[in-house]
Amino acid sequence: MSMLEVASLSKQFGGVTAVDACSLSLEQGSITGLIGPNGSGKTTVFNLITGFLPKDSGDVLFNGQSIANLGPDRVYALGIGRTFQLARIFPRLTALENMLVPMRRQGLRGLFAHGHRHDERTRAMDMLATMDIAHVAGLLGGALSYGQRKLLELAAVMMVQPQLVLLDEPAGGVNPALVERISGHIRMLNAQGVSFLLVEHNMPFVMGLCNDIVVLHRGSVLASGTPAEIRGNAAVLEAYLGS
Amino acid sequence: MTRLVTSTPVKLGALAVVIVLALLLPVFASDPATTNIAVFVAMYVGLATAWNIMGGYTGYISLGHAAFFGFGAYALGLILAHLGIAGGYEPFLFVPVAGVLTAVLAVGIGWVALRTRAATFVIVTIAMMFMVQLLAENLVGLTGGGAGLSFPVPPWTGDFYNNPFYYAMLLMALVALGISWWIRRSKFGLGLLAIRDDEDKALAVGVPAHAYKLVAFIVSAALVGMIGAVYGYYVTYIYPQFAVDPLIGLSMVLMAFFGGLGTLWGPVIGAVILEYIQLNFAYNFGASQLYLVFYAAVFLVVIRLMPRGIVPSVSGLITRLSSRQAVGPSDAAGSAQDTHVLAEPSP
Repeated sequence: MSMLEVASLSKQFGGVTAVDACSLSLEQGSITGLIGPNGSGKTTVFNLITGFLPKDSGDVLFNGQSIANLGPDRVYALGIGRTFQLARIFPRLTALENMLVPMRRQGLRGLFAHGHRHDERTRAMDMLATMDIAHVAGLLGGALSYGQRKLLELAAVMMVQPQLVLLDEPAGGVNPALVERISGHIRMLNAQGVSFLLVEHNMPFVMGLCNDIVVLHRGSVLASGTPAEIRGNAAVLEAYLGS
Repeated sequence: MTRLVTSTPVKLGALAVVIVLALLLPVFASDPATTNIAVFVAMYVGLATAWNIMGGYTGYISLGHAAFFGFGAYALGLILAHLGIAGGYEPFLFVPVAGVLTAVLAVGIGWVALRTRAATFVIVTIAMMFMVQLLAENLVGLTGGGAGLSFPVPPWTGDFYNNPFYYAMLLMALVALGISWWIRRSKFGLGLLAIRDDEDKALAVGVPAHAYKLVAFIVSAALVGMIGAVYGYYVTYIYPQFAVDPLIGLSMVLMAFFGGLGTLWGPVIGAVILEYIQLNFAYNFGASQLYLVFYAAVFLVVIRLMPRGIVPSVSGLITRLSSRQAVGPSDAAGSAQDTHVLAEPSP
């Protein structure tokens, strides 16, 4: 059984079909790239999987359980984390607080207990150190550079050890050195057992990192396979460059 | 300097001094004119603090909290009338009941209003306030309509009359402040602040935003309802326009903005300053609406000079001055840094 199974998922906005009977599956432990020209429906697929948009038809199964009708917070609780295009963090919370928000607590007592529990703080500082941004822990999110925000967003999503993380353009808008670092972090987390599904336009990044690639075109899957197979696929080239 | 201001014993000591002074106030200044000011200052401290739990922490600006204020007043008045309770201390015992009833109303209103965000939420809260006002006016059989609703008259006389109301208002303000402080430092409060910053992002990291917002709304409304109940008993006669008064709803918002939205002490400072000035306007210039002109002037100045309110601006200034002393004037990074109540020093 695949970890994530998207089955003929569709979504329309008014008259525009953004996602059209899209089916794909993702195996435990993989890093899968979701690529395609602008407007091919990649981010919409992300929003459908993570509960930010209601589907029109089709289904999403996570470990065999349908999650297509759950809200984002419920999807997250089942073990699917996500990041956003352009790195969304909480600008008026400190970097450390950004790390603490995702932590779950048991019961009402946990909820109304102190927001900075010692063990959570230790874990948050460890994770920030892993990402090499421990020195900004006390700064407000809004004071961080774009690259630091990218790393903080990834670090915060990892706080509750999700099984699957959806990354929306993890290498978008950052310098080549940082792209290398982000790619290294993803590999390291993957080695610890986290699966990834990522949308990205930086082809060397995708080809170097992913072991599976799915190409979307006009809302449905045009091709899927290993990076080598996708690189040699004539239909993919045509979709990107036009005939 | 920052160390001194923010160290826990100093904070607790200052808090204890303020509370003792507030408790002793009627002893030192017993004339009714002064204690009347004290009743209303304490009332607005409570209102602004309670409003801030929703508007400041969660970022949902309600301009309709006057609905809960008026509803609480009517709830207590009707309970007292139906149970035939005489004036005295006993009516105060029913204030929590008025709070519970207001909370029930807030569940219904919040359920609907919190489906919207930002400007739409503001408009919906204004609309619901006028609906509550219209109901108070038109359910004549229940509320007495435009003829108003009377409370039992307290038996107290002279200088003492205001004192029980002052202590009731002070207690409500302290309860609101305690709850606000508790929420601010809790896991729940962190979730509210996350919703304020970016609600979709908060959902994406597992914050059940709908439930959180509703709980904050209910807590905020129930506190405002209880304060409204004490107010109703204090003025002993309420009308729809004066119980569900848009100006009361706006005042608590402006006080929270003035002192510092989303801070613990901002609403307190804002309420003390603005309400004190407003009442002095009323004493000196009669019951005119002149204070509204003054409010407008104050807010133009605040928006120009310290748009984040008093508390964030002043603590930012203290941080800047102290970091300048500590590492010299070239520390641009330190001065650009915002101060933050929950901020922790990086290790």
